[in-house]
Amino acid sequence: MVDLHNITKQKINTVLESVCDPEIPVLSIMDMGIVRDVLFNDDEVEVLITPTYTGCPAMDMIAMQIRLALLENGYHKNKVTSILAPAWTTDWMTQAGKQKLKTYGIAAPDKKFELAEDGVECPQCNSTNTKLISEFGSTACKALYQCKDCKEPFDYFKCH
Amino acid sequence: MHQQLADYLLHLADTTLILSQRNSEWCGHGPILEQDIAITNISLDLLGQSRNFYQYAASLIGGTCDEDQLAYLRKEREYKNLLLTEQPNGDWGQTILRQFLFSQYQYLLFEQLQFNKEVQLAAITAKALKEIKYHLRWSSEWVIRLGDGTAESKSRMSKAIDELWPYTGEMFTTADYEIAFGIDTAALKNIWEEKVRIIFNAATLPVPEKVFMQTGGKQGIHTEHLGFILSELQYVQRAYPNSKW
Repeated sequence: MVDLHNITKQKINTVLESVCDPEIPVLSIMDMGIVRDVLFNDDEVEVLITPTYTGCPAMDMIAMQIRLALLENGYHKNKVTSILAPAWTTDWMTQAGKQKLKTYGIAAPDKKFELAEDGVECPQCNSTNTKLISEFGSTACKALYQCKDCKEPFDYFKCH
Repeated sequence: MHQQLADYLLHLADTTLILSQRNSEWCGHGPILEQDIAITNISLDLLGQSRNFYQYAASLIGGTCDEDQLAYLRKEREYKNLLLTEQPNGDWGQTILRQFLFSQYQYLLFEQLQFNKEVQLAAITAKALKEIKYHLRWSSEWVIRLGDGTAESKSRMSKAIDELWPYTGEMFTTADYEIAFGIDTAALKNIWEEKVRIIFNAATLPVPEKVFMQTGGKQGIHTEHLGFILSELQYVQRAYPNSKW
């Protein structure tokens, strides 16, 4: 027997793939690993998301974009619920997401650098001869680095 | 029980909101761009934490209560934030020291709260803990850099310690709503002092002897500074009631 819910869920996942992080537009919210589940309450679709950082201003916008994307695809009754536990971790980011980050010029979270330290691999030239400039970068999730070989400054998506 | 939990949540929310507001005064005024960004990032984390606590408190209070009402429409005497967080920024050293003294306390407290039987409180604090780790590391490094820096930076840090130390005792005096809820902040005092001593030693800064400690913030009795903070923070909502962004 065909599980209708599974089919709908797959369709909705495809819709969610089209919703991007407004601060890092190469990453979809599926790449980020912030969608925890999709639920069906009668004819309503409920998307459960978890915030990355507590104060991240992108979260309100992401919730709005999810609702718009669902509306555009005919899911008129929908809601987005934010859940805090278990807390989001960069472990939930997909491999594809990490690759996209690197191509975009942001070093992906690396378990070797649980806390931001010198030596994170430069996304431009792959050198590990790099220097931490600041543990706080242009958004809550990033730290600022400079590569001592190619001299380019770059962001590192911190482990969280 | 609901009332006491709501009061406790307001204490946590007010504390993080007021420190966030204070740190945000540095926006565009930091000593260098990277550190301007750092202090405002911390400000944003604290603001996010306070929103979570306010939303949770509003859900317990019920009715039409929401996070904005709690932040924008309560009076000074209703605020339960720690006195330490409302103290003026002073120079960069004083701001750093305030952040360090608070982050060390917040880290130890939230380490326990993440296992609290109130699941929402546990969830908020477990999440915040990941951010506080960064606040603590950053502010510790700055305390060491400035304390063990030049004669000028050292004397400024010593002055900041004299200024802020009398507001640290309050963290470990337990309010009624904390006792009712089984929170024993007094038990954190020794470990907090030990952790602070390690950083002060590395910074070649003296740990103050016993001094008179100011209290009252947890009960709504504040220093003269809070009124000024609130008049700025609440101005738009007071002048244009119910206005929305």
